[in-house]
Amino acid sequence: MSRLTQALAPFLLIVILLGGWEIACRALAVPHYFLPPPSAIGHALVADWPSLLRSAWNTLAMALMALAVASLLAQAVALLVALSPTLDRAVRPLAVVLQVTPVVAIAPLVLIWAGLDHPGRAIVGLAAVVAFFPVFSGAVTGLKSADPDLERLFDLYGASRVQRLMRLRLPSAVPFLLEGHKVAAGLAVIGAVVAEFVAGSGATQGLAWRILEAGNRLQTAKMFAALVVLGVMGAVLHAALERLEKVGLRWWRGR
Amino acid sequence: MSIASLLDVEVDYPRGKALGPFSLSVGDGEIIALVGPSGCGKSTALRLLAGLEAASRGEIRRAPGRGETAVVFQAPTLAPWLTARANAALPLELAGVGAHEAARLADAALARVGLAGAEAARPAQLSGGMAMRVSLARALVTQPKLLLLDEPFAALDEITRRALADDILRLWADIRPAIVFVTHNVEEAVYMASRVVVMSPGPGRTAGDIPVAGPLPRPPHFRTTEAFRATVETVSDMLAQSMAA
Repeated sequence: MSRLTQALAPFLLIVILLGGWEIACRALAVPHYFLPPPSAIGHALVADWPSLLRSAWNTLAMALMALAVASLLAQAVALLVALSPTLDRAVRPLAVVLQVTPVVAIAPLVLIWAGLDHPGRAIVGLAAVVAFFPVFSGAVTGLKSADPDLERLFDLYGASRVQRLMRLRLPSAVPFLLEGHKVAAGLAVIGAVVAEFVAGSGATQGLAWRILEAGNRLQTAKMFAALVVLGVMGAVLHAALERLEKVGLRWWRGR
Repeated sequence: MSIASLLDVEVDYPRGKALGPFSLSVGDGEIIALVGPSGCGKSTALRLLAGLEAASRGEIRRAPGRGETAVVFQAPTLAPWLTARANAALPLELAGVGAHEAARLADAALARVGLAGAEAARPAQLSGGMAMRVSLARALVTQPKLLLLDEPFAALDEITRRALADDILRLWADIRPAIVFVTHNVEEAVYMASRVVVMSPGPGRTAGDIPVAGPLPRPPHFRTTEAFRATVETVSDMLAQSMAA
């Protein structure tokens, strides 16, 4: 019984909040363009479902592509950095600057470079910038995380640099890489949405574009509908990655 | 014949002197226990013998070549992503032995430490004692001439400790490596070693060097013999004196 309550608690809260919202909107006769009641948002969701789904897929596809690009680049750079302490010192400040610069601020530049006809490329590029850092810092930390006594053992048996990297440092980094990719995937979606807002063009037709379009026409219910889809997509992605990380760790640890 | 020796070595760490001047000569096939209070530099002395660390002053002589020295650490120090077999085979694979041959020798080493059947298990699936045995198998797989053990039983319960002590002596009888091991436990030192070296509080020096009479591996009930009790008393007294001084 208590477990059922536990499982239902979040849904119960949502139902209560939505109910309060609906009642307040009707009782106070709030104009729909200002704050539509949940029922109107529900109608918009059903009516726009095919196009919303397509837009969600567009945004997700760009975010995943960005994640792939960021993953490859970040791991390659981390490997180089792990092999050379000098390179580590050289790269660190740049990586930090890249991390702390807001993606919105560099978006117009990247849009120009990607070519105004290819906002999709710019969005992938910008989302990749955002997703780069968690993978990079995870990889760098992970490559240094090997058990010091295992390192000593590799010293003792005269392991070469390549042996040490392939047999000790890379496998030791796996849990950190899993964590880094989990965080990066979430950030890639955020980066893609932000970049879409800046690109503002219809060519990519992602969820952010839906929100902008509906906003320009004061179709507030449609804006909310796109937001709901975005939120659900984020939650599902997060849950999937959490699961993936667990499975990955179990495989790595053998239990 | 000496297989490794430290001659008046001293080791300085940034926080101060850690060891010495300290001398120790390890004979072929000898089993030496290093006992002493925490922080006296026992583990440092062990790392010097392994060639993993350099002395600040003094001389280190080591006869074993690459792969002929093995170290067992306080924790099992196994790679969690590898099976017991792959962990035990690691030293061979690093030395360029073929994968098939390395796996065969690793299985044999695991069987010798009583882990036949657990070859495919991951460290996370093993008990503390079993994981320590895998660590021991990994150390023995190269047939080392010098085996160094750094408080190998510190994390184990008494029954497991005693079983492992007898196992190590039995394995020693097979290939007769020289063994140097560090311990806090005086009874364990006297039980396992043919010679107990007592160290003074850090920076450690030799406070005493006591031979232990009796056959190795130990016969049953060796712990109850008069000679064993007397040696334990001698070592304990010496340890107490060195710590009071």
